[in-house]
Amino acid sequence: MIEKIRHYQDKCDFCGTCVAVCPHDAIELAEASLQILFNRCTLCAFCIQGCPTRALEMSDESAL
Amino acid sequence: MKAHYDVIVVGGGPAGSTAARFAASRGAAVALLEKDREIGIPVRCAEGVGEHGLASLVEIQPHWIARRITGAVLIAPSGAEVGLSSNQVGYVLHRKQFDYDLARMAARAGVEVYTKAYVQGLLMGKTGVTGVVVEHLGTRQAISATLVIAADGVESRLGRWAGLDTRCTLQDLESCAQVTIANYDGDPAVCRFYFSNESFPGGYGWIFPKGDGMANVGLGIAGVKADKRCAHDHLEAFLARISDKPAILSRVYGSVPCSVTLKTIVTDGLMLTGDAAHQANPLTGGGIVSGMIAARTAGQVAADAIADNDTSAQRLQEYPKTWAAGEGGRMNQFYRLKKFVFTLSDDAFNKIAKGILELSPEKRTMTNIFKAALINKPSLILDAIKLFK
Repeated sequence: MIEKIRHYQDKCDFCGTCVAVCPHDAIELAEASLQILFNRCTLCAFCIQGCPTRALEMSDESAL
Repeated sequence: MKAHYDVIVVGGGPAGSTAARFAASRGAAVALLEKDREIGIPVRCAEGVGEHGLASLVEIQPHWIARRITGAVLIAPSGAEVGLSSNQVGYVLHRKQFDYDLARMAARAGVEVYTKAYVQGLLMGKTGVTGVVVEHLGTRQAISATLVIAADGVESRLGRWAGLDTRCTLQDLESCAQVTIANYDGDPAVCRFYFSNESFPGGYGWIFPKGDGMANVGLGIAGVKADKRCAHDHLEAFLARISDKPAILSRVYGSVPCSVTLKTIVTDGLMLTGDAAHQANPLTGGGIVSGMIAARTAGQVAADAIADNDTSAQRLQEYPKTWAAGEGGRMNQFYRLKKFVFTLSDDAFNKIAKGILELSPEKRTMTNIFKAALINKPSLILDAIKLFK
């Protein structure tokens, strides 16, 4: 599977904002890990915009 | 952990601990599950709270209080400062101690508290939600419950798993960033609130003193206005404005659902409370008191419903009805004001500040500020008068 939204572990505060705005319940968050479920993700990018630290970014693969 | 509880509360913040405590004190067997390793951390909160609201819920303990607050200053985009006339007192809390004590009070009431207990799914049966799947200390287990209370915060997923729409729109999300600094030289008894569409689009900046030169300095911006710069970027600019060399001891990010309460907060076997139900004050983003008020009712209704042997959505309606008739109704009024405030241009903010500064100091009240702001929106003036009386 091609990853389309990239998560930067070092920028992330694991605050859950991305989970709160995701319309598709496509983000799994634990104490210090975050996983995007790409079988649910539609690339709406709400998570990218809501993130207080820009720890999520569109990756190149999605710009095709 | 037992195989069954009357009530499982998910989330060990103020709402979760309060719901658990009230359910247990009415006789229910309750487990409180917190995903992190410790209650109270990380503190994703500006820690401000009004005395009146908090005192209505718990006996306020001195060690919860970082600083007693007796004043508030609003800062317009022009830099004009409006000191508010109010005899209301507030506190900046030590949230970690506060959350610890609320969990301790729940434990004293008979609640079993578990940390590092990460809920990964719901058990569903004919009667709706029938329990949770939890990973605790490396063991994954199914625990049944007559009723589940989801107090799992802005990032709530429990409601979604039960078929409720708990997501927050970018329009109503406040994306927040905050630091705690150790070299604040402003008045330690005064909270400061900054407004500007440029610096705090769709939100505001704050300085909440914690005493001994400490202060929480942060901001929230509307998610919908975060396309160019994120909350972190705005905070860096804000810090540069207020301090030459901020000594930053802590840095935290998070968000608040600043919407009206979710339309549906109960379903068969499940209730939502606190940020998970979008019960924070949508104008200020403050969610401690309102969340606890809701959670108290949720806990009481939970225990009563279990005693009645009926945890259907219909039986649980008592909770949303009580909320809507009280604090929830006020939150709807705050939402209407918020929608209006965040349409104001910087010019409008500056004009309002100028007008208020022409009044004598004792007339510089929130009610008068809103009266001036709402001159073309008379339908909202009554809301403001009721909310700030």
